[in-house]
Amino acid sequence: MLEAIAFYVLASVAVLSAFAVVSARNPVHSVLFLILTFFNAAGLFVLLGAEFLAMLLVVVYVGAVAVLFLFVVMMLDVDFVELKQGFLSYMPLGGLVGVVLLGEMLLVTSAVRTSGAFSDRPTALPEGVTNAERIGRVLYTDYLFLFQLAGLVLFVAMIGAIVLTLRKRDGIKRQDVSKQVGRTRKQGVELKDVRPGQGLG
Amino acid sequence: MEAELLARLTADLAWIRPELLLAGFALLGTLVGAWMGDRASGLLSGLCAIALVVAAYFAWQVRPAEPHTVFNGALSIDGFSAYAKTVIALAAAATLLLGADHFARRNERRFEFPVLIALSAVGMFVMVSANDLITLYVGLELQSLAAYVLAAFRRDDARSSEAGLKYFVLGALASGLLLYGSSLIYGFAGSVRFDEIATAAGQGGVGLIFGLVFLVCGLAFKMSAAPFHMWTPDVYEGAPTPVTAFFAAAPKLAAVALLARVLYGPFAGLEAQWQQVIIALSGISLLVGAFIALAQTNIKRLMAYSSIHNMGFALMALAAGTEKGMSAALIYMTIYLPTTIGAFAGILAMRRDGKDVETIDDLAGLASRKPWLAMLLTVLFFSVAGIPPLAGFFGKLVTFQAAVDGGLWPLAVVAALATVISAAYYLNIIKVMWVNAPAPAFQSSGPTIAVTAGLATLLVFPVLVVGFGWIEQAALFAASSSFP
Repeated sequence: MLEAIAFYVLASVAVLSAFAVVSARNPVHSVLFLILTFFNAAGLFVLLGAEFLAMLLVVVYVGAVAVLFLFVVMMLDVDFVELKQGFLSYMPLGGLVGVVLLGEMLLVTSAVRTSGAFSDRPTALPEGVTNAERIGRVLYTDYLFLFQLAGLVLFVAMIGAIVLTLRKRDGIKRQDVSKQVGRTRKQGVELKDVRPGQGLG
Repeated sequence: MEAELLARLTADLAWIRPELLLAGFALLGTLVGAWMGDRASGLLSGLCAIALVVAAYFAWQVRPAEPHTVFNGALSIDGFSAYAKTVIALAAAATLLLGADHFARRNERRFEFPVLIALSAVGMFVMVSANDLITLYVGLELQSLAAYVLAAFRRDDARSSEAGLKYFVLGALASGLLLYGSSLIYGFAGSVRFDEIATAAGQGGVGLIFGLVFLVCGLAFKMSAAPFHMWTPDVYEGAPTPVTAFFAAAPKLAAVALLARVLYGPFAGLEAQWQQVIIALSGISLLVGAFIALAQTNIKRLMAYSSIHNMGFALMALAAGTEKGMSAALIYMTIYLPTTIGAFAGILAMRRDGKDVETIDDLAGLASRKPWLAMLLTVLFFSVAGIPPLAGFFGKLVTFQAAVDGGLWPLAVVAALATVISAAYYLNIIKVMWVNAPAPAFQSSGPTIAVTAGLATLLVFPVLVVGFGWIEQAALFAASSSFP
């Protein structure tokens, strides 16, 4: 009973805030609603017994991705009102696509319900094995190859970011530790005999 | 248990030596490049070409008569993947040679170029070996992501940046379609593994067909089959020419091989359904590629439409749905790759007053200025037009045979008509080179470009013509040993 209430609260808030993400006028509000959506999705994961995924969602998506979005939105001066000018004219087509996609998702759900392609409840965890441990066991054994391959994808992304944005600039002042340490008193200090009443000229 | 896991892991690692070699090169090459800076670019390009050739050798060496799956069913190592990997690695090595000269001449050497090519090759290797939907997606994404960066490689050039951005945005959309299709397939089949999807597909089902159509759309985008070809001309035109040569060669074969693997492996049971989709894609590609190319003046855009047209042939062979059709697609692509790489080597040699020129009119009278280059290009364009006795003719012949044997008469007729139309623009280029009044001479091109153009032409005639029986045998083995 309590579980059902929790599910409906979390699910409806998630859907409503997701709608608010696209309809909010202020882009900063959009990002904040996005964070709310992530939190509710994390709550749904907890209800399914996947605490580790829930924490991951909060840490990665709220902690990193959403904050990055916030930075982008605040740093770039994008006129979102102007961007949304065409929104209403695209609405009918976009809505149609959305309805078709929704219909197909319902189709899949009903097919799974009737033919039972997958057991509809996640299998219970054996006693004494935590979420993280269980994921780790398959991630680093059965899916080891894909895990490493995903690492290569991230490597490409990193190289790409550097290739496309890093520029060598002249006149940058850098700290050169060995130069600093190797400096002698002779190079650093100069004694001047200053006569009284006259400046250093 | 741990000892057993470790033993299994080391046994599996031995099967993926080509991938390990290239990934290792990419990681070490980045370190070397970060240390030495762009001075390392020539050295790394050479090493990467060597690594690719060795990887091709490794891949060719392992050709089991029965498919062998490794990493818990993530990859399937079989005759088909061995064949595709060998050709892909050699094509990538050839484009690397083109790039070394081109970037050096323009003083744009960057050590990331060979590293990204190597990583992209790893992605393609994984694609052609994919044995479940996750591997398929990750391999495809690894290849595409490296390609997006390569397209925007000349970052201060507006056209190159535009090409990269356009490719990235549309590619992301295609990946979205592909993922949506994958999730539908997963939902209906209850598994991402190809063998289990095959079991589910044997029982039919509307949902699986929905998913398959989305998946095919995503893959058709990657291989630039019409009507998912919109990005191709702009990306080909905007990207640096060696990068365009790379796009036109290895990734095309990888995408065709991946599509073949998906259609003939897990979805063999739904052949009646996917056959219509592939026939439509093939027919539209053939016609769009032939007609729109007639109006092009830029030779890189022309090559883009030519590649769309050629994809139509590969799809026509696949649409036959037979073992022969699959081997015909492989043979066609194997012959198409050296032709297109040679043509791009010719385009790279078009350089005047320190600038690259790329309109068809710039080729005017090439025969009197540079008879050798004109000869090579003539042979290559005759081959891609399908004129006997050049290799391109035999490639077209096997695809026609496969289509007719598969009962696809109407499609074969469309293909024949489209070939005649496409011959018009290839012949126009040849006419411009031999008949028109000479334009100012080109500067001399670098040694690697000349060598690549020469080798490609030698492959087109006579090496692949003489060795055609051998290629046919290899392709048939690839098709028959891998799919029951």
